[in-house]
Amino acid sequence: MNADPRGVLTGSHFLDGDHAAAEGALAAGANFSAGYPITPSTEVVERLATRFPFTGGTFIQMEDELAASIAIQGAVWGGAKALTVTSGPGFSLMMEHIGYGVITETPFVLVDVQRGGPSTGLPTMPAQADMMQARWGSHGDYEIIALAPSSPQECFDLMIRCFNLSEKYRTPVLLMMDECVGHMLERVVIPSADKITIEPRRYTKKGPGETYWPYSLEECEGGCLVPPLTKVGDGHFPHITGLTHDERGYPAMNATAQATLLTRLTEKIRKNADDIITLEEDGTQDADVVVVSYGITARVCQPAIARARAEGHKVGFLRLVTVWPFAEKRIRELAERVSAFVVPEMNLGQIVREVERCAQGRTRVRSVTHAGGAVHDPDEIYKAIREVMA
Amino acid sequence: MNESYEATLSAPASAPVTCDTNPVEGWLRMDRMPHIWCPGCGIGTSVNCFTRAVEESALARENIAIVSGIGCTGRVAGYLLLDSFHTTHGRALPFATGLKLANPKTKVVVYSGDGDLFAIGGNHFIHAARRNLDMTVLCVNNFNYGMTGGQVAPTTPEFAVASTTPYGSVERPFNLPYLAQSCGAVYVARWTVYHVKQLTRSIKEALLKPGFTFIEIVAPCPTLFVRRNRLGDGLAMLKSYQENSVIKNGADTRECELGMTGQIICGKFVDIDRPSYLHNQVSHLRKVLGERYVIPDAWQGVVQ
Repeated sequence: MNADPRGVLTGSHFLDGDHAAAEGALAAGANFSAGYPITPSTEVVERLATRFPFTGGTFIQMEDELAASIAIQGAVWGGAKALTVTSGPGFSLMMEHIGYGVITETPFVLVDVQRGGPSTGLPTMPAQADMMQARWGSHGDYEIIALAPSSPQECFDLMIRCFNLSEKYRTPVLLMMDECVGHMLERVVIPSADKITIEPRRYTKKGPGETYWPYSLEECEGGCLVPPLTKVGDGHFPHITGLTHDERGYPAMNATAQATLLTRLTEKIRKNADDIITLEEDGTQDADVVVVSYGITARVCQPAIARARAEGHKVGFLRLVTVWPFAEKRIRELAERVSAFVVPEMNLGQIVREVERCAQGRTRVRSVTHAGGAVHDPDEIYKAIREVMA
Repeated sequence: MNESYEATLSAPASAPVTCDTNPVEGWLRMDRMPHIWCPGCGIGTSVNCFTRAVEESALARENIAIVSGIGCTGRVAGYLLLDSFHTTHGRALPFATGLKLANPKTKVVVYSGDGDLFAIGGNHFIHAARRNLDMTVLCVNNFNYGMTGGQVAPTTPEFAVASTTPYGSVERPFNLPYLAQSCGAVYVARWTVYHVKQLTRSIKEALLKPGFTFIEIVAPCPTLFVRRNRLGDGLAMLKSYQENSVIKNGADTRECELGMTGQIICGKFVDIDRPSYLHNQVSHLRKVLGERYVIPDAWQGVVQ
């Protein structure tokens, strides 16, 4: 399905990542957003609030992030395509509703424009320190999808991808930006609506009054684990709860129901990891060392890689466009033949733990940390590359 | 105020009706029975009144959605055969806000307890009432947290015993009608579960009235609050509601505080008209943006 041209601002624009993300949401067909002001993410909803009245959308500023992150889910069950946007402290408040979205299988996009933490931290300065919170921040066991853009162009492109994945897998999807990408101004090319592919919401084919259970796989084919949705007013009268439930959506307080539900919820992501995971690679085929990075840091490491290559070293570049689910398969393959991974990230060592887990001790893993507040000095990354080469 | 209203309520009851099935069964998810509520609990009575009010309101089943939070009353959504949502603790109102904005042809009803709506959800309540988005909020006030074992709530009367105030609470409780009115609710009423006819009528009125409408439903929690404070059992509480309730329609909500025992002022306290959020949004954007304003598809023909 192609994008609805009403939301697509086709052309070449000079935009920061926050505004580009807003345009991505509009192009993806989002027609509802609820938010709460927080630096450095607020520009996303400011643009949505400005643009929605011209595209048939609705923005509401709620009383806090708890409200914003559940209002969008009410809107989705009302038939909308919805997103919310926040940063560090607000992301912490939204954790409960990531869990609600996961267990009720409510598709929406949540944007976290990362800033330095913990707590109020560095409101106007970047970090990539919410990556593990993105993975594990809501209580209980679950799988999540998270993408990390490296440029304003990608804020636009990946926002559409986030919406498409959320609809395809009926799950919350996180767009993990950072202050740098959010406030960086660059050229953003928005294609025409007919060049933008949209994953339509899959609604049940059952008519009003027919028996529809919101978590039944009856209408799923070929091992698909994602039941079709309904919406309020369609005459299916679903019951939706954050309690563990059976396929009817009814609370089921026992270990069997828990195992059945959690197995399906995790497998619908795990079994489709190849479809969900996007990586950008350069020079990894014959690399001795591979730099694994994501978000803005994937650009900051470019001069370091270029310098090491100019000196004759075989340095590969692997960018995690999809951070969650983690690219286990590819990292394991590479771990068999590279001598080291270098993992720069704007935190004190988060995704490096995943790389270490997948490397299973077969190769060296060198973390290049940064506490946040500024991007890495590329020299630090260069030194780490040389160190593992030595 | 409203003498004819009172007259109809005090009219003699019609002849007893016998039937083989529960007359409101059609509104219930019978495949979920038995429910979890204790004998003597007032929540079931309130649900009975709600279903009868829905029936009398003539709203189509597919045009009503029910949203609950967490707790004993939070379980109401799960027993009603409607589009029904059991959300997170305290967040029924913001969920309902998103639902209403996305799908305004739906009558959204928030049905939850005093702890859910006024402690953890208190912030959402004051803002929802202020916005005056069309929705009906039914709060079953049983003066404590039932589901978790009878802890103190923002409605627990002064000096009442709860599991977390074993020697008595010293906090002043919320006066819910006064709170709702001061935040901007356009319809505010209070009834006990003894007042089934008045409550049913009041819910019907609230359902059919545009804007943010609120009804406090005073109910016994015989297992916890009532037992712990030695107030008797469910039946004794109904008798006390009968004896202690005073119907004062139009009463000054500042005077509607509830104590452990003593007078319970019931009635319809507020019934005013104020333009709703949706109306204001559309009329203002039309004024400011003119022809360029694109009304959301789901609002077409619903919001004037």
